[in-house]
Amino acid sequence: MSDNLKTALHDLHVELGAKIVPFAGYDMPVQYPLGVLGEHNHTRQNAGLFDVSHMGQAILTATDKTTNIAELFETLVPGLLISLRDGQMRYSLLMAEDGGILDDLMITRLSNNADGFECLFLVVNAGCKHADFEHISQKLAGQATLEILDRALIALQGPKAAEVLARHLPDVATMPFMSLIHTKFNDMNLVVSRCGYTGEDGYEISIANQQAIEFAKMLLAHEEVEAIGLGARDSLRLEVGLCLYGHDIDTSTTPVEAGLMWAIGKRRREDGGFPGANIIQQQLTNGAFRKRVGILPEGRAPAREHTEIYSKSGNKIGEITSGGFGPTFGGPIAMGYVATEFADIGTEVDLMVRGKARPAKVAKMPFVPQNYYKPKS
Amino acid sequence: MSKHYTEDHEYAFIDGDIATIGVSNHAQDQLGDVVFVELPEVGKICEKGDEIAVVESVKAASEVYTAVAGEVVEVNSVLEDAPQTVNEGAETVGWFIKIKITNPSDVEGLMDEAAYTAFIAE
Repeated sequence: MSDNLKTALHDLHVELGAKIVPFAGYDMPVQYPLGVLGEHNHTRQNAGLFDVSHMGQAILTATDKTTNIAELFETLVPGLLISLRDGQMRYSLLMAEDGGILDDLMITRLSNNADGFECLFLVVNAGCKHADFEHISQKLAGQATLEILDRALIALQGPKAAEVLARHLPDVATMPFMSLIHTKFNDMNLVVSRCGYTGEDGYEISIANQQAIEFAKMLLAHEEVEAIGLGARDSLRLEVGLCLYGHDIDTSTTPVEAGLMWAIGKRRREDGGFPGANIIQQQLTNGAFRKRVGILPEGRAPAREHTEIYSKSGNKIGEITSGGFGPTFGGPIAMGYVATEFADIGTEVDLMVRGKARPAKVAKMPFVPQNYYKPKS
Repeated sequence: MSKHYTEDHEYAFIDGDIATIGVSNHAQDQLGDVVFVELPEVGKICEKGDEIAVVESVKAASEVYTAVAGEVVEVNSVLEDAPQTVNEGAETVGWFIKIKITNPSDVEGLMDEAAYTAFIAE
């Protein structure tokens, strides 16, 4: 028996024949009998069900009615939160004082709770959740309280996700991308967000632990839906250029270096008011020394994380932070950091794989087009 | 033909003075979908235990070592464009290289098929 935690869906993973691996302190399915390639392709073509219950979920509530919770949380993240409407969500970054990134997270503004207090729903990475929650509670002590939710989180992703989920929850069909609703299915209270980590349309569904397996099985009963493990989750997100915390971004990278300026609101760039703002503003003005870029190796050899990147003149200019094989792209893909002078699309570089310099090019991301939901006008 | 296996899940199938080298069916199952195989040049001289290939699956890269010394006389070029052939038949169509053996006693100490089957069942 491992000492790792198990999610509410663990018994289902075992029943489905998953290979279980330790991940962020949890026993998680890395793949099912379909295999990583099959699972990846199934998600791109149909719908994949992912257990993401290891991620941290919490509700941040203002301690008095005069507090604007979005304004308060803006002191910790560079995103524009004040303009969020009820039920609207945003990707943002929990910032360190030196401009590094403590975590990336999803923030949704909820309608006021029953007592009339404003709240935010936060979803953070599994590996950072204890530190994140500690950090938030400490920084906002006296002004807001953080309630950590012990609930399962199920993602349904892929072009068929909306059609399948709407068979049970008709409300979800026309939800805007990056929005959240509370809904009910039989006796299940569900919090459904239209978002994901695959580049496809899809949802994340927060549900009580004891109801999670029943709900997951109901979705898996549709022929369009297969269970998908962490292996395919990684290749799916890499193909659409999404960062994996602890690899592509961490406390040593800034949002400017990581190319996440889009996650910093225009007002926030000018006014600051978040940890590390002075460094971010300085980098926005003067440029950063390095930049996260897409890398396409020539040939078929994948370049993995920590592969060194060299200029054509033989100087080390950076390192791969995520790399592998893109099943939908049909070849090796990677991302990493290079010195800014080498960050232009098309720049020729060498990757040092197993002691041999192999040619590659700086490339535009995403490698595979994102396929998010757009309402029909 | 005699079949021999290493504890690292490579095989050497010996036919006369030619050894066919690859990874076992058990190994391909553990590796998952193979997406790239790097093979040596024909003519390469290798010692017993030398790294002679790298197999990359969707999960990771793994080195492949030769259980016998000799000269590489043929490589399975099918794997360059269709690396998934390793998954389709690791011990048949998915072989890696053929080596002209210099020292037939290299296979002594390797597991035969029955011993290997018992080894992976442990």
